[in-house]
Amino acid sequence: MTSVNREESVSKIPKWIRSFRLAAWLGWQIESNWADPFLFAIYSLVKPISGAAILVIMYSVITGGDFESPIFPYIYLGNAFYIYVGAVMTGISWAVIDDREHYKTLKYIYVAPIHFPTYLLGRGVARFIIASISVAVVILFGVLFLSLSIDLAAVKWLLFIASLLVGVIMLALLGLILAGMMLLLVHHMWGLGEAVAGALYLFSGAIFPLEVLPPFLRWIGYLLPITYWLELLRRSLVGSVAEAFPTFAGLTDIELFWILLGLTVFYGVLAFVVFRVCESKARDRGLIDVVTNY
Amino acid sequence: MSRAQSGVSDPIVYRHFRKNSGGRLFFQTVVARAYPRLIGQQREKSWMFFDVFLPLLSVAAYVFVYRAIGAPEEYVGFVVIGGAMTAFWMNVLWSMSSQLYWEKEQGNLALYIMAPNSMMAVLLGMAMGGLVATALRAIVIVVIGSWLFGVQYEVSNYLQLFVVFLLAMIALYGMGMMSASMFLLLSREAWHLSNLAQEPIYLVSGFFFPIKNLSFWVAFSASLIPLTLGLDAMRQLVFPSGESLGFLSVRVEIAILVGLSVVFLIGARYLLAYMERLAIQEGRLTESRR
Repeated sequence: MTSVNREESVSKIPKWIRSFRLAAWLGWQIESNWADPFLFAIYSLVKPISGAAILVIMYSVITGGDFESPIFPYIYLGNAFYIYVGAVMTGISWAVIDDREHYKTLKYIYVAPIHFPTYLLGRGVARFIIASISVAVVILFGVLFLSLSIDLAAVKWLLFIASLLVGVIMLALLGLILAGMMLLLVHHMWGLGEAVAGALYLFSGAIFPLEVLPPFLRWIGYLLPITYWLELLRRSLVGSVAEAFPTFAGLTDIELFWILLGLTVFYGVLAFVVFRVCESKARDRGLIDVVTNY
Repeated sequence: MSRAQSGVSDPIVYRHFRKNSGGRLFFQTVVARAYPRLIGQQREKSWMFFDVFLPLLSVAAYVFVYRAIGAPEEYVGFVVIGGAMTAFWMNVLWSMSSQLYWEKEQGNLALYIMAPNSMMAVLLGMAMGGLVATALRAIVIVVIGSWLFGVQYEVSNYLQLFVVFLLAMIALYGMGMMSASMFLLLSREAWHLSNLAQEPIYLVSGFFFPIKNLSFWVAFSASLIPLTLGLDAMRQLVFPSGESLGFLSVRVEIAILVGLSVVFLIGARYLLAYMERLAIQEGRLTESRR
């Protein structure tokens, strides 16, 4: 194929697909090429397994290792799937910091003929892949060594796949909101992602039922799509969990799914509005290529 | 321009140009490097918010986990103390170990090495400034955490508590000074290593549960990190049932912390000398490789 033909075929690919594909490839290179594959695999797994192990030890110290109780899969699965939140949501927003402050390439990327929001979403793909492996390993570890009872025949696969898919899209959109804010921030951009992920961990009932929170704080959890997403994932893998806790006992799987879908659409619209507003302000204020060294 | 015109010959002005050396220069360097951490950081009020708010979020999450599984209330106190101590670990990790790496990235490291002051004094200043500034944040976390979750303390020996805290900090920041040199030999891995050394250290050092619950050899190995024994001893000293949940007796833990302090401070001196030698011999230690 001549270079002219190649250019023609490339130009036929929609801009947003090209942006997404190349951003995903770039993201993977940045995430993984600092170490050899073995070291990188260990690095990717040690953190999530340690996080899960802290909770497992806390649980076993108090309950004497009663892994049959429904609270254990509630905590364990919630924590395992929460890995996606940190990886996808903060991964997308982190691309702004990485490109602007560290590699100092954001200004070039921004003026390149790409679709910028799609580029940022693409940068989250690498972290999504790494997170997926971590989630799988953490769950497998629980099944093999901690009596985490997941009956593959009883798993509601359709619900699981649909919920997972919608949830990951929802997290990516939340990441886009954060990325927009990052464009405007010169201070605290380092802490923002962590603060949001930490707050969601607390209020979404990821590792404890919402009833444990003081009543005046519970409503925050009900407004978060992550709360419904985690509940759906738990229900699809271990049905008995849903019956053990009253939080969403009155809602069926389908009702929960529709709530998740509705909230995802809502946050999706919000993400594009917020991102566009922030992007426009960042351009006006000359912040696209700012390097703060902060 | 003559010397008289420049004012250097004036004895009053000349005093200000007196060449510093030895202990005086060392002390001035320590103060100068501690200053931005001690005073500068306090000027940025919003940093205080993030430094206190983030550990409090994880403290709250773990407290609610303990409450969800019906743990005794003392465990809530364990989490609050452990959460406060995470501030020190984060400070050592990101503002001590990684600091020279950041300086390299920003182009300051070459200036540090060229300047006539001791690098040990630079690290000591960083450590002292960071220690005091982080202590303020840790106190706020303990006060707010204890107030929010109604934690009760019963200190059995104030002197031992003070000694344990002091020794744990000397050993911890000594370790930070030592690892700063090691991190300098790294490139992009430095960031990843700091990132990696969070949850696994929280796990093996028992930040959120008594270290005794791990096997003896895991707890013993984790004791290389000064916060492991520091936390264990402090919990024994401030909670009524702490002693029964302690890994070793407080006296033994104090003795080990003394040993760790000495080893890490001497190690820091040797590694720093090695790093400076490498900077001079190879001439590429200060280059920033992204």
